[in-house]
Amino acid sequence: MIKDITIGQYFPGKSAVHRLDPRMKLLLTVLYIVMLFIAKGFLGLAVGIIYMLAAFLMSGIPIRMMLKSVKPILPIIVFTGFLNLFFITTGDPLVEWHFIKITTGGLKTMVFMASRIILLIFGTSLLTYTTSPITLTDAIERVMSPLKVIKFPAHEIAMMMTIALRFIPTLIEETDKIMSAQKARGADMESGNVIKRAKALIPILIPLFVSAFRRAEELALAMECRCYHGGEGRTRLKQLKTAPRDYVALAVTVLFIVAVILLNRFLPI
Amino acid sequence: MGIIRTEDLTYVYGEGTPFRKTAVDGVNLDIEAGEIVGIIGHTGSGKSTLIQHFNGLLKPTSGKVFIDGEELFADKSRLKEIRFKVGLVFQYPEYQLFEETVYKDIAFGPKNMGLTDGEADKRIKETARLVGLKPELLDKSPFELSGGQKRRVAIAGVMAMEPKVLILDEPTAGLDPRGRDRILGLIKEYHAEKGTTVLLVSHSMEDVAKTVSKILVMNDAKVFMYSDRSSVFAKADELTAMGLTVPQVTRVFDRLRAMGIEFDDEVFSIDYAKDLVLRLLAEKRR
Amino acid sequence: MEKFIEIKDVSFSYINDYDDPPTKNTVLKGVTLDINKGEFVAVLGHNGSGKSTLAKLLNSINLPESGDVFVDGMNTRDEDKLYDIRRTVGMVFQNPDNQIVATVVEEDVAFALENIGVEPSEIRKRVDWALKKVGMYEYREHAPHKLSGGQKQRIAIAGVLAMQPKCIVMDEPTAMLDPIGRREIMQTITELNSEGVTVVLITHYMEEAARAGRVVVMDDGKILLDGAPKKVFSQAELLKSVGLDVPDVTDLTHGLIRAGIDLPDDIISEDECVERLYQLLKKE
Repeated sequence: MIKDITIGQYFPGKSAVHRLDPRMKLLLTVLYIVMLFIAKGFLGLAVGIIYMLAAFLMSGIPIRMMLKSVKPILPIIVFTGFLNLFFITTGDPLVEWHFIKITTGGLKTMVFMASRIILLIFGTSLLTYTTSPITLTDAIERVMSPLKVIKFPAHEIAMMMTIALRFIPTLIEETDKIMSAQKARGADMESGNVIKRAKALIPILIPLFVSAFRRAEELALAMECRCYHGGEGRTRLKQLKTAPRDYVALAVTVLFIVAVILLNRFLPI
Repeated sequence: MGIIRTEDLTYVYGEGTPFRKTAVDGVNLDIEAGEIVGIIGHTGSGKSTLIQHFNGLLKPTSGKVFIDGEELFADKSRLKEIRFKVGLVFQYPEYQLFEETVYKDIAFGPKNMGLTDGEADKRIKETARLVGLKPELLDKSPFELSGGQKRRVAIAGVMAMEPKVLILDEPTAGLDPRGRDRILGLIKEYHAEKGTTVLLVSHSMEDVAKTVSKILVMNDAKVFMYSDRSSVFAKADELTAMGLTVPQVTRVFDRLRAMGIEFDDEVFSIDYAKDLVLRLLAEKRR
Repeated sequence: MEKFIEIKDVSFSYINDYDDPPTKNTVLKGVTLDINKGEFVAVLGHNGSGKSTLAKLLNSINLPESGDVFVDGMNTRDEDKLYDIRRTVGMVFQNPDNQIVATVVEEDVAFALENIGVEPSEIRKRVDWALKKVGMYEYREHAPHKLSGGQKQRIAIAGVLAMQPKCIVMDEPTAMLDPIGRREIMQTITELNSEGVTVVLITHYMEEAARAGRVVVMDDGKILLDGAPKKVFSQAELLKSVGLDVPDVTDLTHGLIRAGIDLPDDIISEDECVERLYQLLKKE
């Protein structure tokens, strides 16, 4: 059943990573990504691994959850891995068989790129695991708010994200209900070719859209009744405050980046 | 054997997760054909889960369901066939309307059954009449109708499949008094005319008391009782403790009894209450 | 009595642009109604009688086509007063799901206060206060979609209450709830009213209306009856003719009166009915 799909991967906790200011977490994630991309060699990447490992151990997120986050990306990793393996022909040849040629350069690049992607996923997953969607939305709004000067709709985007998060579970439940109702009227959604199946979706999609529009209309009305008029002059219940630990985290991260730069310079392997 | 029978029917949600919940727990039921049954229970008592088993939308975690003597899920190829014997009208059924016209929407079920256009046409017109939809409404878009009309279209869509059992989940929810009476009236008429089994799920005791002959009370995933109206309403205190309400007249007469007025009857309709008062007065004068 | 809401000869129509030529559907036809401070008014009427439209006139969602609406001395047409009016008259709707904005209970209750620019420390205080008022304080960090219908509706009420409105208008707040949810909401409403909040309750349940201080019956865009519940419900025939009902006990006593029993025709509460019947039936 659709109900079983989990949306939003927040894993509640009270670890140091959880308690960091979400704006700082966003910044740190960006810095971490930069760190991964400037690393030229395996030693540089190793610094990234240490950083990740430290953050992960502090967060208290189960390893199983982290591994699960890589699963959907696995085909991409494998695919790019093969591309790297077969098409990069620098370095010493390892295997040569008909038109297939595998070299040390290819193997190295494959391992390097795969590790980088996995580290990237781990980093962003850690961010979403340790930050509730609402806090994250909030942080995005605040980080982007200076852009309001150039008419960038930071508040509107954040509001849309909040409402989306709020209504996803409701609409999933609704889809489930409509599907059951149409099945009870003999709708067949499991057999037939692609066209037949696509057609079978009509009795589900139309009621779903009609309902989503009705909900949107009612929600807009309720928001108006509660004096909503855009982001102007709005205050917030929760104020974000940076604590000393946020700056410590920032300093540590910067140190790691410096380490990567130094390694790039002096030990680029 | 009745038209619907269950043997130790159990259904568990989210098995193996922290949200594991037994929604239906060891239910044994035997509902006779032609009966009109009210199913009551508080939210989360398992009544909605239970009825979804009757047409195979849910597969029991354990136990069996028999419809018209045939076991559901025993032979998967028969499932669709058996499902057509049980028509299920969900809560707020007007939210599943999707066709361009009322006619086409009512036709959805009959067409899925593989009926010929002629046979479907006959049934559509017949049910439209039964639920009180004027012929000129059939060519309109269902989205143009009033709330009450939409609901009648949705109910007609299931009735047109001519199921042996018609199940309605909260058919009067959110309607005004006139709309409520209208829906209950047409359910009664349908039952009288077709003689098929009807199950009416509701937490409005007034609706149930007005319409049904037998009542199934669900509480905490189990059958609390399955009996005729008077025996069920005789347990007013227990029903109230379960978060259900008994009809106002029932409460009035329970209180009168507690105050020392002597009578044996269980009161759940206004007419009955009126006759009872008149009878008691006559006895008193004698 | 201090007049709080004044509706003066108000008409209102919806224009249907989909029809060609556009058609006009007049839903309110010259309605005049005053509501005093602290009153508990129930509004009855079948679907389409204009009662929801009337409710939306009270906080400038709808503006009258003709006539005027005054709320606490402010004309609802006055655009400068728009947010003052909406803070004064809070509104709760039928479907609790469609009026909750945030993914955390307390964030939702804070929504209106954030919109009107209240200081964060003050928001905190008022959110906690409002949640305690509706008995949902323990759920402040929960996700709304996991709560029951009655609980969600109480969150919606708290979200309005946080604005500290002088009046709350509720448009069929119990229509989608089970008996437990309905009981919870009615209890919350009566409590708020006893603390001085003016309540306008639109409902289809006669037993709920019987608990109000005053009942207004609408039919075809006009006010048909207006008075104390006893007075209104004694007109059972008229109410039934416009698609409404009376409480069961009223129905019963009217039936008995027709059968020649001597009973008052304005019994609307269970207690009263029990007492009267007891007097009638007890042994000498």
